[in-house]
Amino acid sequence: MTFPEFFAENWTDVLDHTVAHAVLVLQSLGLAVLIGVPVSVLTYRTGAPRAAVLGVAGLLLTIPSYALFGLLITPLGLGSAPSVVALTLYALLPVVRNTIVGLRELDPAVIESAHAMGMGRMRVLVTIELPLAWPVLLTGLRVATQLLLGIAAIAAAVNGPGLGNLILDGLATAGTPFAVYLTIEGVAGIVLLAVLFDALYAIVNRFTTPGRLGA
Amino acid sequence: MPDVTRGTPEGGAADRTMIRLDALTKRYPGQSEAAVDALTLDIPAGHIVTFVGPSGCGKTTTMKLINRLIEPTSGRVHLDGRDVTEVPAPQLRRRIGYTIQQGGLFPHRTVADNIATVPRLLGWDRRRVGERVDELLHLVGLDPKTYRRRYPKQLSGGQQQRVGVARALGGDPQVMLMDEPFGAIDPLNREALQNEFLRIQAAVRKTIVFVTHDMDEAIKMGDRIAIFGDNGRVLQYDTPERILADPAEGFVTEFIGSGASVRRLSLTRLESVVLPDWPTVEETSDGETLRAAARGSDRDYLLVLGDGRRPVGWLPVTGEDRRPGERLPLLSPLGPRDSLFDALDHMLTVNASAAAVVDGDGRYRGVVEMDTLRELINTRAAGAPSSSDHLQEA
Ligand SMILES: Nc1ncnc2c1ncn2[C@@H]1O[C@H](COP(=O)(O)OP(=O)(O)O)[C@@H](O)[C@H]1O
Ligand SMILES: [Mg+2]
Repeated sequence: MTFPEFFAENWTDVLDHTVAHAVLVLQSLGLAVLIGVPVSVLTYRTGAPRAAVLGVAGLLLTIPSYALFGLLITPLGLGSAPSVVALTLYALLPVVRNTIVGLRELDPAVIESAHAMGMGRMRVLVTIELPLAWPVLLTGLRVATQLLLGIAAIAAAVNGPGLGNLILDGLATAGTPFAVYLTIEGVAGIVLLAVLFDALYAIVNRFTTPGRLGA
Repeated sequence: MPDVTRGTPEGGAADRTMIRLDALTKRYPGQSEAAVDALTLDIPAGHIVTFVGPSGCGKTTTMKLINRLIEPTSGRVHLDGRDVTEVPAPQLRRRIGYTIQQGGLFPHRTVADNIATVPRLLGWDRRRVGERVDELLHLVGLDPKTYRRRYPKQLSGGQQQRVGVARALGGDPQVMLMDEPFGAIDPLNREALQNEFLRIQAAVRKTIVFVTHDMDEAIKMGDRIAIFGDNGRVLQYDTPERILADPAEGFVTEFIGSGASVRRLSLTRLESVVLPDWPTVEETSDGETLRAAARGSDRDYLLVLGDGRRPVGWLPVTGEDRRPGERLPLLSPLGPRDSLFDALDHMLTVNASAAAVVDGDGRYRGVVEMDTLRELINTRAAGAPSSSDHLQEA
């Protein structure tokens, strides 16, 4: 059986896993934003809390992925839950770091003017600071996405969804020709998603930060 | 010295106090010296008060204490008779315009949106906001059609500063705080902005605190000047005229510098000066008329007037027989808003010993002479308080 013949037979599987993979990554990314952005906003001004947050997020990224997924089985069981949580933790560093950097890089004169015009704190944050920090934040999301697309393959080891399942099946049938085909499909799916997401970010970037913020 | 050129009422009894600083003190955490130490100052309504002094003397800190960008360690600020802490800071600030040297425009918003900031915060409806934006753009000399939709990055430094002023005027505040607003602008454009701002102020009559570290700018812009020494102490607070005529001891004298007598010229506008008459001839006069005019005067030049009595040239008179010579072009006469200092500057630039002066409509008013200015400088430098010996101030 050649690869095309094999693919013709299981392409619906591949598609399902690819969609599941993308959904898993997006869920985790969403959670990381929901946690990371508020934490960044609360801590970016003051030295000690900011250092603590960046330190913790950095530490999370150094935990070997197999270990983290495994550790989460105990409290969360198997399946999607430990996968989403583990990926969220990995995404935190790029999201938090870029949000903090983006907010800290803003021209203090602009922020001071906003306050001096009589905008409240929340309004300054939502209408001035976050929009201006957005390009840097978006870069963080892009980095986090690429990171998660790769690591998400490990979710299969804890019965999670995604393209990792094809790779894991390949490992289980090692020695047969199907093993190689399955692995190729899994890897190709991830690469395809990476390219698609990157294109998506380029488009979003283009439409949300027009030339006006450029040099 | 008479104080007629600026419309600053003497004594100030008629002026309502708009901003009152009462023993205002600010000590930043971790600093041994106070940035502002027990500052007490009354700022009259409808006038420009300039704060001038060396860098780090507490000018910016004082400004930020007024609109509560920072809170004082002790002391009080009263705005129009009421303590500024009586209302929440954001509400207070919507009534106080604020411009800074760095501009601080929102880079992700258009010029129109920047200017609309305070009107929107005040809850004005869309139409009123739109009209206000156009009105303010006109006021600061930017065509709304061209500039409304631009982003700050698409403007020159001077244009950004204009938009900054327009934005500060957005909610029609009673009070404007301007922290070295033209400090980052090159000297030529700076002068244009200063003149334009004085024109705007003549129309809007706000109470303005204008910070600068440049004594010339302080004199030009201020109805009153507060000269700051260290720790936000005010060494002298008076009209420019009186500060120049009678500077407080030591530091103030030093800060004003040696050019004080020349600087005083910048306090007198040509419109407030009675100018000596000068022999003139019409552009269309025939040779005989010209010769008669030349013989009838003892000057070396006749002033040639064109259409609508606009000065258009100088006619030199030469020789024993006082023959009129080749006409010399006259490019830019001085206007009513120019000062005696501008006149001096003009004459030195074009290397002339006299300059034609016109009224607001460009019609000939008179001629100011180098000799007159020279005498004025000398007598004033010698400490003579009189200003009316040579040029009579109207
Ligand atoms: N945020 C701050 N923290 C600590 N010290 C400050 C701060 N802002 C200003 N200062 C100090 O207060 C003094 C007055 O500063 P400032 O009001 O900015 O002076 P100016 O505007 O006259 O140049 C300076 O010695 C300055 O170093
Ligand atoms: Mg300052």
